[in-house]
Amino acid sequence: MVDPLVIAGRTFTSRIIVGTGKYPSHAVMKAAHEASGTEMVTVAVRRVDLTAKGAGALLEWIDTSHIFILPNTAGCYTADDAVRTARLGREAGLSNWVKLEVIGDQETLFPDTEALVAATRTLVKDGFVVLPYTNDDPIVARKLEDAGAAAVMPLGAPIGSGLGIQNANNLQIIKERAGVPVIVDAGVGTASDAAVAMELGADGVLMNSAIAGASDPPLMAAAMKAAVFAGRLAFLAGRIERKRYATASSPTSGLVTTARRSG
Amino acid sequence: MHVMLNGEPTELPGPMTIAALLERLGIDGRMVAVEYNLTIIKRARYAETTIEPDAEIEIVAFVGGG
Repeated sequence: MVDPLVIAGRTFTSRIIVGTGKYPSHAVMKAAHEASGTEMVTVAVRRVDLTAKGAGALLEWIDTSHIFILPNTAGCYTADDAVRTARLGREAGLSNWVKLEVIGDQETLFPDTEALVAATRTLVKDGFVVLPYTNDDPIVARKLEDAGAAAVMPLGAPIGSGLGIQNANNLQIIKERAGVPVIVDAGVGTASDAAVAMELGADGVLMNSAIAGASDPPLMAAAMKAAVFAGRLAFLAGRIERKRYATASSPTSGLVTTARRSG
Repeated sequence: MHVMLNGEPTELPGPMTIAALLERLGIDGRMVAVEYNLTIIKRARYAETTIEPDAEIEIVAFVGGG
């Protein structure tokens, strides 16, 4: 089935975006990326450790012939820092795409949505394709879209929490009203969480910890690939309505019953 | 010559270009981005950008992240 995800004119056949952090090794990460079938992975931008050799070693473990690199601005707490980091990422990666994060609080890692909208506006004007990590607020999603975001990426739950989709209703509202792709970013714990996100209508799912932190990351990556695919199919198929009482699946007429004798 | 390199006070033997600094540090210029006094320096200009005393230099690269 041909059902591509298109963001800012770029076509992806895979609807799963995977991170590159926290794997036990680069080799395990590479195996997980392959098992997930991903065509886009996120990376962070950091100062080179000048005491260690091997700067840029991460990229040697990513098959950039079919995997697109999406630099993030993780760890930025102001719009200015996020814009600065995005520009450095563009220079390092030679692509104008950015997963924009402006974090508002260290403990929850929830976004500072006011600064996020401002940074989105600045980067869009600067020619970036901006994919902002946001909360599950439909109003903020609309503001991000108005600011020129190429997709909106609401969280399912706090980053790294593995709690799954906490506000399915909000995500559905965001999707129904969005004119750009909606990628559920963060909070996935296991395969069913990814399937739920896709069943709600999300255009894709972004995850890192759920795969990198699993006991067997490549195996979990394969599970996520299947879950995202299954969830997408279920969404397209159109699920039945929820009802509080039973509705028989078998005909109610023609039953073989014991005849009631009268008299 | 004193500069700030990735936030650390650093002594360099004398004026040198960004390209020479990267070579001195053993860094592949194709894998990093360089900011010089808050301005990003394009790769093509590494060899023609000379570092002045007290410059602030940031050298960044991609690392694992979500």
